[in-house]
Amino acid sequence: MRDVRRYPGARIFTALFFVWLYLPILVVIAYSFNENRLASVWTGFSWRWYESALQNRALLDAVKISLTVASIATAIATTVALMAALVLVRGRDVKLRRLSETVVNLPLLLPEIVLAVAVLILFSQIGLQNGLLKLVIAHSAFCIPFAFLPIRARLQGMEADFEEAAQDLYASPWVTFRRVTLPLIAPGVFAGAMLAFVISMDDFITSNLLNSGGSTTLPVYIFGLIKQGTTPELNAISTLIVLGSLILATTALVLTFRNPDRA
Amino acid sequence: MSWRDFRIWGLAPAWVIMALTLVLPIGIVVLVSLSIRGAYGGFDWGLSFDSYAKILFEEDWDGNLAFTPQYLAIIGRTLWLAGLTTLICAVLALPAAYVIAQAPARWKAVLVYLVTLPFWVSMIVRVYAWIIILGNDGVIEKTLRGLGLVTDMDSLLFTNGAMLTGLVYSYIPLMILPVFASIEKLDPALIEASHDLYGSRWVTARRVILPLTLPGLMAGAVLVFVPCLGAVLEPILLGGGKTMMMGNLIQTQFGGGRNWPFGAAIAVTLMVLVMVFLMLNALRARREVGHA
Repeated sequence: MRDVRRYPGARIFTALFFVWLYLPILVVIAYSFNENRLASVWTGFSWRWYESALQNRALLDAVKISLTVASIATAIATTVALMAALVLVRGRDVKLRRLSETVVNLPLLLPEIVLAVAVLILFSQIGLQNGLLKLVIAHSAFCIPFAFLPIRARLQGMEADFEEAAQDLYASPWVTFRRVTLPLIAPGVFAGAMLAFVISMDDFITSNLLNSGGSTTLPVYIFGLIKQGTTPELNAISTLIVLGSLILATTALVLTFRNPDRA
Repeated sequence: MSWRDFRIWGLAPAWVIMALTLVLPIGIVVLVSLSIRGAYGGFDWGLSFDSYAKILFEEDWDGNLAFTPQYLAIIGRTLWLAGLTTLICAVLALPAAYVIAQAPARWKAVLVYLVTLPFWVSMIVRVYAWIIILGNDGVIEKTLRGLGLVTDMDSLLFTNGAMLTGLVYSYIPLMILPVFASIEKLDPALIEASHDLYGSRWVTARRVILPLTLPGLMAGAVLVFVPCLGAVLEPILLGGGKTMMMGNLIQTQFGGGRNWPFGAAIAVTLMVLVMVFLMLNALRARREVGHA
């Protein structure tokens, strides 16, 4: 008997869908090995664009700025999100709980360009000049909900029994947090931090609007290159970024699911 | 509650950051949209609706206001492209999510991973990939010419179609994941029951599967529609200067200090559109809960 849950053509459609999903990325990777200076004319296989990319000072500077901003913003956003999640999930009789949840998730409710314009005007009004500081402040803010959601999910999926047991054994709130809660929710905290880091590294809209000399992030630098036209070096840089993203995504996945709940 | 209470100082940083970097600055944006354009870029505080009027009217050399559709066209195009993107994402996501949900457990995890993976890849790289594919002398043009189907063709870039492709490509995972989640919850016995009652596959799809996955589709619609309204990269890189969306219209007003009050007015308009959409959606969700 034929399976009534199967739909003719649905599998082929899905296969084609996955091809469509990956083809553009594969095209960029393939073109990055083109020896020719013109990206669109294939003349042979070569690593030369990777060599020139890795010696490109401006690119390395942009990577450094992106990593600096993303690391600091991730640390701030994850700490703030963790504290908020502990109060909102574990706290009893928290005043303004619903409103506080909305406040924490506020950056998700508005288009990023609006937020970018808002901080741009704010920084110009208070006369903040330091480009790096501007980026760190803005990125920390919009990364908070991305760090918050996985941490909250982890806390909600976990009974408070162990924490209550620790409290019964006269552990102070800080010791309970350090020795019981944190190890248990570590995968959630890690997933949240990872997500915040990727969101910050990937950000274009805010970083571009706040861009000033000396604070060009990687996506903003790449945007500038794209504006000048497609080149094999740009393809090589893009391929390196794809590689970095894949390593990050796979690490995040493995580390998040390696510790199955023993609780 | 004392100040030493963790329930207060645990939430305080989040409140302070959001108040200072979001709530207060958005208030300033509203004020700037009502201010007057400065002589040398920037703005002078004031109370004027000129920037909002500029969305609809153009001032000629006589000082008369004449209706101009150019900015309304951009707002219309933004709504239309965001809506169409959401619809296409839904149409693509349903069968794909359904097949993934039907797959054996081991495959399922791999396929869900494969759907999310492109989302981790830098947005700008994913949009750039479409320039290589659609651009002049790009992959599509070369393939068609190689097959002898065309000799000379107009660029596929800088069109509404190019923007639409880029938007669907960028946001499709945000539709698939919630749809997949609601298909997973669907009881297969219901599909078999429909079949036992002589419902054909298509009747089952329309009358059983579709209504039961509607919550997932609606959740996905919000996740896709809202960022599409504020899209910046896709319209700049794939749409070019002639086919703008609200996102890059705002961006150009602030780049180089062109016209901050007007940019702020467009930003406020965008924010209002998003809020109206989210509110309508919340009302609809509440009504559905009421009916259930």
